Amino acid sequence: MNMKNMKSLLAICSFALLAIAMQESAIAQQANDPKFNKMIKDGFKADGIAGLDRIDQDATQKFCSDPVFASSKQGEKMREKIQKMNMDGIKQPSDGKYIGDWKKGEAIAQSGRGATWTDKADTPIGGGCYNCHQIDQKEISYGTIGPTLWNYGKLRGNSQEVITYTWNRINNSKAYNACSNMPRFAHFKLLNEQQIQDVMALLLDPTSPVNQ
Amino acid sequence: MQRKFTLGLALGILTTMLPISSTTYAQNATDDIAKYREMIADGNPSELYEAAGEELWKKPAGPKNATLEKCDLGLGPGVVKGAAAQLPRYFKDTNKVQDLESRLMTCMQKLQGRDPQEMVDAPFQKGPKKDMEAIVAYVVTLSKGDKIQVSTNHPKEKEMYELGKRAFFFQGGPMDFSCASCHAEDGKRIRLQDLPNLTTQKGAALGWGYWPAYRVSSGQFWTMQQRLNDCYRQQRFPFPIYGSDLTMALSMYMAKNANGGTVETPGLKR
Repeated sequence: MNMKNMKSLLAICSFALLAIAMQESAIAQQANDPKFNKMIKDGFKADGIAGLDRIDQDATQKFCSDPVFASSKQGEKMREKIQKMNMDGIKQPSDGKYIGDWKKGEAIAQSGRGATWTDKADTPIGGGCYNCHQIDQKEISYGTIGPTLWNYGKLRGNSQEVITYTWNRINNSKAYNACSNMPRFAHFKLLNEQQIQDVMALLLDPTSPVNQ
Repeated sequence: MQRKFTLGLALGILTTMLPISSTTYAQNATDDIAKYREMIADGNPSELYEAAGEELWKKPAGPKNATLEKCDLGLGPGVVKGAAAQLPRYFKDTNKVQDLESRLMTCMQKLQGRDPQEMVDAPFQKGPKKDMEAIVAYVVTLSKGDKIQVSTNHPKEKEMYELGKRAFFFQGGPMDFSCASCHAEDGKRIRLQDLPNLTTQKGAALGWGYWPAYRVSSGQFWTMQQRLNDCYRQQRFPFPIYGSDLTMALSMYMAKNANGGTVETPGLKR
């Protein structure tokens, strides 16, 4: 091989290496950016119950704020770690009861109120379920960000497996899908145990309108 | 026997129809809203705000008792026609990327001697903000029908766009929401409200292109700053500061994504 060929081979090799390196950095986790952090910090003020602690991200929020990395092959390990962390925080019902009152559950599913800066600390927080899901099909005003839950129990039955999965999913959806769009209702104390039992009934009680 | 059969048949048909009818209902509701919009589009109440805004633009005010007629919105002093279609943009005199409201605060300060902090602190729909809302209505009406044409050529504009993109996906609050939770997928709804996918050109044009708008449900004219403010309220975030870089960045992200779309402001919204 003459010198000229050597040189061009070297050039091609280093170019290929550079391309690989660039691609890797394109799917690495988003770098910490002081300028961005300052912009966020200076961008908000506390108002009523909505304090500045709400922009202090936890590990899940930080990870999911970078959807390119979060959904990449490189992000898989971290995704599993986040899911496990959320799963470990779920508590099973203290009284062993999973199914409450579907009528109360329907009211919780209907309300999207609470937790904004125009609410008080004692404003009841709704589940906001209909914002994103079809549930009882009699309610025509439903959102489509989440899947339909019509006939939820009728289609799945109510084995302990289904019951536990549904309980966990309402308590902390991120236990199954690190960056699910669904709020972590128990983790952030948006709904209490009894309210979650009531929403469970709406989905799983054979007498609930959802399962007719 | 005959009767029972008919009853059974009717019930059978009814039950098979039920699942269909609920989706048709939802569809109809969306159609009805569209029809309603069309019906009142001829008399968009924003016109009242525009008229008031034009008067405020030309009326001497503030400690310097001056008008806003020499305000430079990016196309030169006093040029209002088409100005809103190219905002946000970088301004040399302030060395900042500014949206319409931020720029109007600069003009009020420089030309009229007014304190921008008073504007920042005022609640929406009241006091100085009420004036701002009217002036915004006046300015954006003079870009209606123009192409959205926002530049990221200046390094500060490019930087703002990138910061805005990152802010769009920034999750926080007790519900883990970001702008992207609702506005990063096609064809989604909250209840019956269609959600534009602001990460695409088409969706961004539907969002950015129709705000500021008159909101029928509240009977108020809302500027883009108020629109963003209410998004963050519903995201359960703390209160976004009026005219902050955060709001400039998000506006830059949406506006640049919407490039090529049409300015339809003032829009008419639910």
